[in-house]
Amino acid sequence: MVGITAYGAYVPLYRIQRMTIYQALGWLNPASLLPGEKAVANYDEDSLTMAVAAAVDCLNGLERDKLDGLFFASTTTPYKERQNAGIIATALDLRPEVRTSDFATSLKSGTGALISAYDAVSSGSAKNVLVCASDCRLGKPGGYQEEIYGDGAAALLLGDKDVIASIEGTYSLSYDFSDNWRSDEDKFNRTWEDRWIRDEGYGKFIAEAISGLMKKYALKPQDIAKVVYPCLYIGAHAGIGKNLGFERNQIQDHLFTAIGNTGTAYPLMILVAALEEAKAGDKIIVASYGNGSDAMLLEVTKNIKKVKDRRGMKKHLDSKKDLGLYEKYVTFREVLPIDTGGRGEEVGPTQMTILWRERKWLLGLCGSKCKRCGTPQYPPQEICANPKCGAVNEMDDYRFSDKKGHLFTYTGDILAFSPGPPAIYGMVDFEGGGRWMFDLNDCELDSLKVGMPVEMSFRRKFHDLARHLYVYFWKATPIRA
Amino acid sequence: MAEGIKDKVAIIGMGCTKFGERWDKSANKLMVEAFLEAIEDAGIEKKAIQAAWSGTCYEETSVGKSAIPLSITLKLPFIPATRVENFCATGSEALRGACYGVASGAFDIALAVGVEKLKDTGYGGLPQTDSQVGTSYRFAFPNYTPPGMFAMMGTRYFAQYGLTPQEGKHVLARITVKSHHNGALNPKAHLRREVTIEEVVNAPIVAWPLGLFDCCGVSDGAAAAIVCRADIAKKFRPDPIYVKSLQIAASSGEEMMCCEWDYAHVETTVHAAKRAYKEAGIKDPRKEISMMEVHDCFSITELTIYEDLGISPRGKAKEDIEAGFFDLDGKLPCQPDGGLKCFGHPIGASGLRMMYEMYKQLQGKAGPRQIKNPKFGLTHNMGGIPPMNVVSVSIVGL
Repeated sequence: MVGITAYGAYVPLYRIQRMTIYQALGWLNPASLLPGEKAVANYDEDSLTMAVAAAVDCLNGLERDKLDGLFFASTTTPYKERQNAGIIATALDLRPEVRTSDFATSLKSGTGALISAYDAVSSGSAKNVLVCASDCRLGKPGGYQEEIYGDGAAALLLGDKDVIASIEGTYSLSYDFSDNWRSDEDKFNRTWEDRWIRDEGYGKFIAEAISGLMKKYALKPQDIAKVVYPCLYIGAHAGIGKNLGFERNQIQDHLFTAIGNTGTAYPLMILVAALEEAKAGDKIIVASYGNGSDAMLLEVTKNIKKVKDRRGMKKHLDSKKDLGLYEKYVTFREVLPIDTGGRGEEVGPTQMTILWRERKWLLGLCGSKCKRCGTPQYPPQEICANPKCGAVNEMDDYRFSDKKGHLFTYTGDILAFSPGPPAIYGMVDFEGGGRWMFDLNDCELDSLKVGMPVEMSFRRKFHDLARHLYVYFWKATPIRA
Repeated sequence: MAEGIKDKVAIIGMGCTKFGERWDKSANKLMVEAFLEAIEDAGIEKKAIQAAWSGTCYEETSVGKSAIPLSITLKLPFIPATRVENFCATGSEALRGACYGVASGAFDIALAVGVEKLKDTGYGGLPQTDSQVGTSYRFAFPNYTPPGMFAMMGTRYFAQYGLTPQEGKHVLARITVKSHHNGALNPKAHLRREVTIEEVVNAPIVAWPLGLFDCCGVSDGAAAAIVCRADIAKKFRPDPIYVKSLQIAASSGEEMMCCEWDYAHVETTVHAAKRAYKEAGIKDPRKEISMMEVHDCFSITELTIYEDLGISPRGKAKEDIEAGFFDLDGKLPCQPDGGLKCFGHPIGASGLRMMYEMYKQLQGKAGPRQIKNPKFGLTHNMGGIPPMNVVSVSIVGL
């Protein structure tokens, strides 16, 4: 039996009310108001960092050395050349003997990666493959897409042991239907007319894929517990399910008014939400939308009860903060060219040699633990930092990214440049030993206390504008949910 | 056991520019200004100088690397010249180099010059050069500034000793008010205005819990010292000042990487002070030290220095501060020249500037700031941030 063995998700902390966007730019396009809110990545988050966060959620309590594949699906990969999945694998401290691939350029590449992982495990060429899907797309200021697109990620582990939802079948359609596109010259998405997208694409392809799948596996609507597919238009979303013969309670909530359309991650995030409520024996259909559609049939096993504590969708949806200002949103996404001041312009050269040589501790947050005295230390040391020990070259690797910590001290710095001032940072003492100083994010200065628990979150450290490099590192955040 | 350098070296001449926003002067011109005062004060000719040490920290915004800018600017005649750098303790390192050179017997007379040009960056605060912690560490260090790194000591000190932020900020303000009083009396100081506790406490925050007046001035300036063998010092002047100890301690890494250090004190100060007292033969610093110039880059730094030097008991500096113990007319005046807070802080010059004040005070030439009959003066010069730093503690006397 091959299928999903673990799941995780990530929704950034911030949400922006669509009314907030409308109040800023509705004068430009008075008919653009949509209901609800959407999830917004912080200024130091992108599709890659959110994928890491979802993966960390998915891998909670699991042995990472068992992974032999990592597929990353996104239309907003930070790099066009330099494998993004490879950065994620290093951040997750996976062993180098791992198959990594990026799946890009279509909103259905999340399900595409999932089907490829399923095929790899089914063929026996891999045992455990992690699929991460994440997106952080931009619509032009003042347009519909800006209100529609949300940011988020999902991660699913595929394997053939302890399966919680087996994959029972797939059905794929490919059409070069160009409703949304972004060429290599574009920062923002472009679209064709909404009525055409709704009636000729969105309204047809999902239905065609799902009915094709049901026909292929001789299924009737009443055999299915939940059907999962993305929402581009709220009314049309309901219509697709209804026309296929599903009752309202069989259609999984689309979350459009809570997080927005999160691109490649969207159907998988809704699937995670469905799995959180599923019981053994449930059959779930998940379908994507984008240049056609992939549909998959899943059957939930009794192992679903054994799924250990995860944040998934439910806890991430419950844990949120209102961003408040539209101007913050466009600043975070580097749409508004703000004045960083002279200090903010001082970004030194990024040395690729260093990032390669020191990748285990600079991307993987791995320190060392002294074999003789047991002291964890960061960064990894040759000579033990414990003054009572001093052992030389007797160190084991020690991963800090999955350890909780306590905030030993902190400050909020107005002088340092930050897109979200004050720049908050502090010293973190890790449970089990070891300490380091980290930037803090997803918090306000007033909410911090000496001794409060924190966890590690993979973030963009800086954007080297002179060399077009995104440099990543770990930050501390208050424990989320 | 090394015998140390007590009474082997004397300071016979010193110079110090006015510190401040010296928009019209380059770093090189500031070096000349400090040097000319020092050599005139020593009453020697330039050719008597046998070796030179140059201290500058941010060479990117200053004279450049090496000691060549010093030797060329001063037209030193092919003598040994060395540049030293140890963050904000650079000035003390230049002096230590010159003193150790003389104490070793290698030279009879040596020169130390410290200089910094901080006001050519185009923004406030110290230059933002993130690779100063190392090109690898810069990728793992928070997006910090010095005020933030020391502010964390405030957060921690308040938590450890049970002070509310309001109480803590009030104690720190008392330190600032004292230094502003002294700085106002000093014509060479950068900031010369008295301030009140209310002004200090209500100033805009720079890095919580530190406000604008908790931070020292960022200044241009230079200072210089001419030192010689102690046994020939009186040939040059009747009142040379003798070096009793020059000690320095550098972080071992345990503060930053192990979980014992409390971030409410600076461990290196404790070690440097113990060694300095031993070298100088000081048994009870609270009673024997007459005056001090310490590294008050931030008010919280000065507070913890009182405790780390063994002057105030742990966690009790507040009581001495509030009793006026460190005021100009107190039992152990601290920062009689205004300190980094008001005299200003051109990094490479600061250690030598501290010594300049001790030197002038011991000679009875400190004008309205003169302390009565001082015997031992102490300078404390710190470079780096609380978890990773160097601290020098020097003691001089008659």
